[in-house]
Amino acid sequence: MKVGDVPQDSKYLNGNSEINYAVDDNGRYQQIASTGWSVKNDALDFVMDDINEECAEILERVKLGETSLLEYYAAKNVMSLELLSRYTGISLRKIRQHLDPHKFAELDESVLLKYADALRISVDELTTFPQTDQ
Amino acid sequence: MEITFEHKQSAHCESGVIVNMLNHYGIKLSEPMVLGLTYGLFFTHMPFVKMSGMAVTSFRTFPGMLFSRISKMLNMQSSMRRYIIQSHAMRDLDALLSDGIPVGCVVGMYYLPYMPFEYRFHFNGHNICIVGKDEQSNEYIVSDPMLNAKVRLLPRDLQKVRFAKGGTYPLLGQMYWINKVPDSLPDMPMLVRKAIHKNCWWMTSQPQCVTFAGVNGIELLSRRITKWEDEFGPRRAALNLAQVIRMLEEIGTGGAGFRFMYAAFLQEAAQMTGVNTLNEFSERMTQIGDMWRDFAYRSARMFKKRSSGEQYTYSDLSCLLHEIAQNERQFFTELNKVV
Repeated sequence: MKVGDVPQDSKYLNGNSEINYAVDDNGRYQQIASTGWSVKNDALDFVMDDINEECAEILERVKLGETSLLEYYAAKNVMSLELLSRYTGISLRKIRQHLDPHKFAELDESVLLKYADALRISVDELTTFPQTDQ
Repeated sequence: MEITFEHKQSAHCESGVIVNMLNHYGIKLSEPMVLGLTYGLFFTHMPFVKMSGMAVTSFRTFPGMLFSRISKMLNMQSSMRRYIIQSHAMRDLDALLSDGIPVGCVVGMYYLPYMPFEYRFHFNGHNICIVGKDEQSNEYIVSDPMLNAKVRLLPRDLQKVRFAKGGTYPLLGQMYWINKVPDSLPDMPMLVRKAIHKNCWWMTSQPQCVTFAGVNGIELLSRRITKWEDEFGPRRAALNLAQVIRMLEEIGTGGAGFRFMYAAFLQEAAQMTGVNTLNEFSERMTQIGDMWRDFAYRSARMFKKRSSGEQYTYSDLSCLLHEIAQNERQFFTELNKVV
């Protein structure tokens, strides 16, 4: 890669940049800051689209009373139930039970707090239906 | 109290922490030199290790190896420790900081508050360097090589990322630091040659039955990629491909999965050892890097739904990977002979 070819396709880096190594006109390697590459942005877009689609589908099922918001927030954080179990220390069997909206509604504050903590949200958010799909 | 510590942004976290730490003790090595000396270039495609339910592909050696290898190479006294009890991990960190010693920590990326959401992998192999603690606000001062400036972390956040339980590797508060650097650097040209030999060995020595590592791993990926569509369906196949691209480019590899960084190392190595042919090898490695970039570019065409221009299939990508594998095998076999 030549110094002039280092991509500057800013999208996800939020003003930060990353270091690329590229060859200058004399054939010597230099450190060049890049604000992103469209190829990486496309890969990330694709992954984010997939997550958002899955979340939208789960929200539909939440509306129908088939699952709880726990499944939605786990998917939103790209967390499988196994991973959620490892982060929270709550057993997989219990987590599966908590996907039942009735069981989820009856949960103690302490359990909700564990979930909220692992999912990086407040207990309020965890128990309220999200306004927008973002 | 804050240690006077020069923070320099790097391409990769682990090599970046090492560069900054060595610099703190008066040893000036570039990031490519650290990668080269620790024979850090590698390739693994491991269907039996999963991240987000998909096979892990990596373009570098295993996390944590760089620091132990550089310590050994430079004959440096250093320590590395893991903890069961979280409060002890924090207590020992504070003690080291008050002695003025910068401490490297392995952390989980997901809980790092300053990481943008899209970059929060469930991957517990990020390296940061703690360089002080603000007595008033109680915050830790952090040099994260991925960022262009130092940041601050609350003690509870730092404790949380050091003991992140989810992710590919569960963490045990692993931290490392330098106790004493040697008065003078060892014979560098000799070390560079040794490191190049070792890297060639890691890339090409695996017998055929070890399919997942070294150049064999690239061939394994090249074979598996053609089956993804049948095995997982189009959507999941594309997600698998996206994961490979993210490992290749996104997690601070300096471009093309460390291949460009290694080419930069070979240039420095030529200067240091006086072996001029290493410059030619550097150019060849740059070409291999460009092929990897081409692979990323062609893959990205497959994620875009309604894109115009040329389209590629999984078998096209497989052919390209096979070609890369052949080039890398030839490259490392020949490189091994000239040093």
